[in-house]
This record gives sequence, structure tokens and C-alpha cells, in this order.
Amino acid sequence: MNISRRRFLLSTAVVGGGFIIGYAATRPSRHRIANDTLAASGQHYITAWLRIDADNRVTVYVPHSDMGQGIFNSLSMMAADEMDANWELVTAEQAPATDLFANGELISGFASEFGVPSFLHGIIGASALKVAQLVNVQATGGSSSVRFTGEIAMRNAGAAARQMLIECAAQRWDVPADECYTKLSYVHHNASGSSFSYGELAADAAQMEPPEKPTLKNPSEFNIMGKALSRADIPIKVNGTAKYGIDAFSKDMLFAAIRISPVFGAKLVSVDATEALSRRGIKRVIKLKDSVAVVADNYWRAKEALNRVTTEFEQTGNEQVNSTDIFAQFDHDLAAGSGKKILERGDAKKAMDEAKGTIEAGYRVPFLAHATMEPMNCTVHFHDGKADVWTSTQDNLGIRGRVASIGNLDENDVTMHPVYLGGGFGRRLPFNWNMIDHATLIAKGFDVPVKTIFSREDDIQQDYYRPAVSSNLRAAFDAAGNVTTWENRFTGPIMGPGAAHIPYAIPNQSIRYVNSRTHVPVAAWRSVDHSQHTFFTESFIDEIAQYSGKNPYNFRMELLAEHPRHRKVLEVAAASAGYGQDLPDGHAMGIAVQESFGSIVAEIAEVSIGNNGQLRVHKVTCAIDCGRAINPDTVEQQVESGIIFGLSAALYGEITIKNGRVVQNNFPDYNMIRMAQTPEIQVHIVESGEALGGLGEPATPPIAAAVTNAIYILTGQRIRELPIMNHNLTRSAPVAQR
Amino acid sequence: MATFKVNGVQHQLDIEAEMPLLWVIRDELGLTGTKFGCGIAACGACTVHVNGKAVRSCVIPISQVENAEITTIEGLALAINGNSPTAAKYTDVQQAWINHQVPQCGYCQSGMIMAVTDLLANNPNPSDEDIDRSLSNICRCGSTPRVRKAIRSLANA
Ligand code: FES
Ligand code: FES
Repeated sequence: MNISRRRFLLSTAVVGGGFIIGYAATRPSRHRIANDTLAASGQHYITAWLRIDADNRVTVYVPHSDMGQGIFNSLSMMAADEMDANWELVTAEQAPATDLFANGELISGFASEFGVPSFLHGIIGASALKVAQLVNVQATGGSSSVRFTGEIAMRNAGAAARQMLIECAAQRWDVPADECYTKLSYVHHNASGSSFSYGELAADAAQMEPPEKPTLKNPSEFNIMGKALSRADIPIKVNGTAKYGIDAFSKDMLFAAIRISPVFGAKLVSVDATEALSRRGIKRVIKLKDSVAVVADNYWRAKEALNRVTTEFEQTGNEQVNSTDIFAQFDHDLAAGSGKKILERGDAKKAMDEAKGTIEAGYRVPFLAHATMEPMNCTVHFHDGKADVWTSTQDNLGIRGRVASIGNLDENDVTMHPVYLGGGFGRRLPFNWNMIDHATLIAKGFDVPVKTIFSREDDIQQDYYRPAVSSNLRAAFDAAGNVTTWENRFTGPIMGPGAAHIPYAIPNQSIRYVNSRTHVPVAAWRSVDHSQHTFFTESFIDEIAQYSGKNPYNFRMELLAEHPRHRKVLEVAAASAGYGQDLPDGHAMGIAVQESFGSIVAEIAEVSIGNNGQLRVHKVTCAIDCGRAINPDTVEQQVESGIIFGLSAALYGEITIKNGRVVQNNFPDYNMIRMAQTPEIQVHIVESGEALGGLGEPATPPIAAAVTNAIYILTGQRIRELPIMNHNLTRSAPVAQR
Repeated sequence: MATFKVNGVQHQLDIEAEMPLLWVIRDELGLTGTKFGCGIAACGACTVHVNGKAVRSCVIPISQVENAEITTIEGLALAINGNSPTAAKYTDVQQAWINHQVPQCGYCQSGMIMAVTDLLANNPNPSDEDIDRSLSNICRCGSTPRVRKAIRSLANA
């Protein structure tokens, strides 16, 4: 067949900046490269995403990184189910970082939701970039893998493969295709009792034109999706053999420790490395624009020597900036202008003027670091006009381009080695590239691999932070005490419009924001803008309920008449938590609900406060409507993960700026919850059958408000600033809940 | 000269007395299952066994483990199950981790498993309070609810 005319289910090349979902032509040269790279003898491609070997094994190429979310498992389940593969014969592999595997579906998925991929709004302002330039991003983010790559690419690829295999078998038997059926990686023909394994048909199938529109299964026909299947990556994660970026190792490897200007963006002025250079194992001290690095034959030696290097950095003018100044700037900017419109409904101004009662409150949340368990690191090996790279990234293809441009190489001469990620949470998304840039510049002068590692202190102080946000909220009521108006003015930057929207039926709404820039670099942090805004809106709706004299649950239910999915998750969570029933003395329950990334999550936190003011979150009951669960165990795991991540932030998370730099250093002052603070977590999956929602992020946003809403009941203290640890909690007579 | 055993293999290295065990294991021996998380004994990612006891290797100078038997995650199954042909590939703790699908990103799990193994060796039936008190490892992915379930499954065994 003519390869150039061949069409693919999933194109990685999107032409002319348009969005092509489903079928699109792939540039033939790209396809040849992939075939040459991946197909050894006896192996045939049916699509870019699936490989069927003659021995009947199926390999699913996953164009995403595994950060712990079990994505290899979920995506290969989707492809395998559609192709009726025998799950025992299916393995998943990370797709190589070549253009063919670039993540077109993810980009398109976001583009259709937000216009421009929200998680790409990094420090350089991706909104200015044309989506056409973004199609080469092989990224994992925005809870998107299963929703877009899975629902579109994997399922279609699997279904098409199955159809092609049936077609091949039918031709061989010379029978109509509809007399054949598939089961466990075989095509059968009932009348003749004959069968072929997929592997036997693979060579022929590779010659076929994929169907234009493969028929997908109905959920009732699924036999792999919906099952709690074990993840293949678990065994290697319990015996120490899973390799993360930081584990790249060779005998001749060198190690670099780095000091980047503590005030963001300051240039290096002078360095005294005399003492460092005299120490054992030190190879070189490298001065970069904004940093100095020590390269040694052991990381500890490099770090110890770096501690003995004295540096002077240029003044940037930000040396006096403290967090209090930043929040004062937010207040000032909010007061100064009416901001940009996010939503105007009804006539909020008029309703405000005519109100019989109003309440208002100012909320704020601090900057947060990602603090992935694996600190930032990157190993680059320049040799023979090429480079090899090992780094834990949510975006292999982007990094390949980045290293190539810094190293003056052709992209095709840069090889990305797939590794596991010790957490991502947005830190390893495109444009958050300081570890890559520095590591590449450091390694450039060597012909052996050089591994640059951020210490935990570097990792926390040289992050791209979850933006700090201030939000001023007002509500107005009519004579009967009904809420008529919702007004919200908050500070940007915003990455995904919509996080500040509320589902509640309040007739007049005015939601606007003011971009208030600071010198602190910011980027997406698990759930993007939702972690801040859900705290604001789900707290303030409780304040409104309180003013109206209504119980927070009933009040929400009343205002959610138009949102049956929200009502359902609230109902399920409340019933399971025993909401409204008697609780042990000193316990209270707080509620929050939020839709993000296509999933709707209700959380109910049961909280107590001891006589010493000690807060304890005993139990979190969560109901999630993610449309449908591909792997219910993974859903549960991601929900637990999201809640604990959000709870660490709510209780302890705070990055403070003092004299232009980050105060926090390491885990003691940027703390995380451990076993002792871990609540019992109950997860209920509500299968609405709606479009698939994301999983990696939606459980994070509601937890802060769920906890502070409970604290209010116990103390009468309305927590409007996070983290909670900054507040002295004192139990009072419980606030009555009607 | 530092003399010590790692996973049953004797090593004699000419290294600085104050080099932390973590970096000896990772950068000198190339055993990467033991992880770097904080460098100040605050997270537990680097936990190994020294003469069977869990320690945070990032703050243990190599001079302190002179002549000691060190076990890392790579050698745990061998140390506990032995090397007979019928020996199980995973320890009970590792198996419980697989059964309960504990790891997410997995980065903290070497240290977590080393710490739990030590805990259960001394206290085969720990209460929730025992678990809370003796296990202060950080898991940024939030696997802690499953860690508790997996430990309970072993305690009840
Ligand atoms: S790296 Fe040793 S305790 Fe964190
Ligand atoms: S599994 Fe990722 S840090 Fe524990």
C-alpha cells in the first residue's frame, strides 16, 4: 500500500492551527520514522498507538508520563477493551518522544474547553502563543489523559484495530465480516469453527486502510473497562527497581549542585570558589547568568563544596518585597478598578443597590510550592554531536526541543529516556523549565553524563508557584432574606476561566478579576485555579447560608435545582457520612462541592477541635461523578490522593516572600500531613454515564472549605485565610445548624 | 577507608568519613532504590536498615556504620526471605503493598516499606496510635490511607 496515502485514527500533526479530532492525515515521513524506530522484524503497526506482535502480544504506546496516576493502566485498558484483547497479553509502554506521538488530542480537548490549553498558561503567557505552535507538546496535565487520549485516541485505535483484524480474517476465510467475532485476542468464525489469533493476522492488517469511523462499544459491552485491575507498575515500585529521573546513573557520571539567585531573576555578579575548588572530587565551578554550579564526582561532594562558595547577586529592585506588600498590592489593585469580566448575569449592581441586607468578606490564599517527592533534577549527556536526557517530566517532547535549542542540536539528535516521575502536580509541565535549562547549560561543557539535582531547599525556593489570590466577595439579600446577588472581585492571573463560577441559582452575579502581577513566578498547581477559588466560593456560600438561617446542605440543595449531578454527589456523600445525625461531642461536619475538569466532587469533612485548640480531621466522605470509572480502584486512589494533597495545603501550605525571596526551606517549614494526620477517607463513585471527567485533580479543590466550614461550626471562627495552622482555634458553643 | 556491607556484599571504600550513607549508596555504589527527598531526616524517603533497624540514611555519616550490615530496598527480600530457590520474591510487606495497590508515583515507597518493615518486626500488631507515632514518612501522593490498610492486613495476618 501507499504509505503516503495512509490515514490514521489519531493525527499528531494538526495542520494550519486548526483542531482535528478523530481522523487526520499524518505526515508520511513522520510515520516512517516511527516505523523505523519501533518496528522490529515480525512486528506490525496497526495504528500509531497499538502494536501487535506475531506472538499475539499487544503493546499500547502511551503518550503520557506516569506521575503516579496509573495512566498506563487506564489507557491501555481502554484500547484493549475496544480491540477485545486478552488483558494478560497487553503491556503498556511510554511512547517515545517523537512528533508522531505528540499529544494532539490533549491539546484539542483543552482547546475545545477553554480556547487555549489552560495548564499551558505558564510564566511566559501561553495565551499569546498560537495553538498551532502547541501541538507538538507531549504533555500530561489537566486531568486529561483518560478523557482525551483515552476516550478519543485509545478507544478509536482499539476499535479500528479490531475491525481491521476481523476484515483480514474474513478475507482469509472468504466469508462476510459480520459472520466473524472477536474474543480474547482471537477472531472466530462460528460456522466453520475456525479462528486466528490477532498475531497471525497482524501482518495483513498492517496493510489495510484503517476505517474512517470505527464503531465503539456500548458501556454494556465493556469487559475490561470498569474493572479494578492491578497496575503493572506496582511491583517495580515496591522493590526499588523503578527508575525515576533522579536515578539515572553511570560509572563516569558527574553530579552538579546549584545555587540560583534567591531573589527571582537576579543576575550573578561575582563568585568566590577558591575553597570549593580545592576540595576532593570537584571537577569544575560553573558560572551561569543567574546561578553558580559545582560539578563533582558525587552529589554530596558537589553540595558541600557549593556551601563554601560565596556569591553576590545583582539587585533587581525586588529585594524589599514581602508577602504583606504583595497582598497590599492585591488589595490596592482590587480597589482601584472594576477589573475584567468573567461573568455578568442579571443586574448585580442594581440588585446590590436595592438590597435589604448585604454581607461581604475578603478571602486570601498564599503562594504554594509543588514539592514533588522527587526533587527537580535533570541528567544530560552530550556526546558525538548528540544528547541523551533523563528527567522526570510531564512533557518529554517539549524538553527534547528545549535541550536541543540550548545545546544547538537538531531535535532528532536528542534522545529522551523514559523514566517514572516522582510526582508532578503541575511542576513538571511545559515552561517550568529551570531545572532543564540549568542542567543543560551545566552539562554542555562535558562529554560524560552530568546529573543536576535541586536540593529540597532549591526545589522549594526555585519553584513556579501556585498563585496567591485575594478574593473580595459580597452577597445581597431581599426583604425575605433570599440571596439575590453574588459579587466576586479577585486577583489574577487566571489560568482556567471558570474556576470562580458557582453552580448556585443566584439571579444576579458579577464575577471579575484584576491581573496583579508580582515578581514571583507562577504556574499550574494541582487543579490549577480551582484550589483557590473553591475555598473562596464554597466558604462564602456557607456564610450566605448562615445569614439566611439555613443549613449549609439544604441551602446548597435548594440552589442546585438546575444541577442534578451536583445534587446527586451531595446526596450520596451526605447519606454515607451520616450528615445531620448526632456526632460525638466536639465534632462537626463541613461540606463543599465543586466541578472541575469535567468531574463533580462533594466532600464532607468530619472535624474536631481539642481543648488545646488541636484540630483533627477524622474522616472525609467523598462522592465523585466522573461520568464513568475506567478503573474504579484508580479513581479511588486518585481521590484519596487529591484530598490529602489539598488537606496538606489547607492545614500547613504557605510560601511566604520576605526580602524578595522564599522563606520556606524544607519539609519542616513547608509541612505535609503524615500518617498521624491522615483522615479516614471514604470514596463513592457516582456513575452518571456522562462524558468522562478528570481524576488527578478534582478531589483537591473542595477539601479546604469542607474543613473550614466545619471549623466554623465548632468555633464560630470563619477562616478566610489559609493555611489553617496560622489561626488559633478555640472551641465555642457550636454554631446552630438548622 | 570505610568498611561496611550492603545487601550482603562487602565494601571497602576510600571516602570521606562524613559522607552520608545515602550518597554512598546512591552515587558510590549506584544503588538507586534508596531515594533522596530532603537531606535532613524530615521525610523518610532515604530509609534503609542498619543492622536491621530503620534509619534515615541522609544524615548518617558513613563512619557511623563501620562494619555494619546495611540493607536497602533492593536487598530487602533477600535479607528477609533468604535466597533459597523457593524463597518468595517479595517480602510480606511488599506483597501487601502490591495487594493494596499502595504506591502511586512510588518515590516515597522504598523508604515507607523499610520503615514499616522495621515497625512490624518490633510490633507485629501495631495499634493506629503506634502506626501514627512510629511512621512519620512523607508521601506527597497521599498513599497514607492505603499504607494503613496494608499494615492492618499484615497485623491481622
Ligand atoms: S532524604 Fe532522608 S529523610 Fe528525607
Ligand atoms: S507514592 Fe508518590 S510520594 Fe508516595
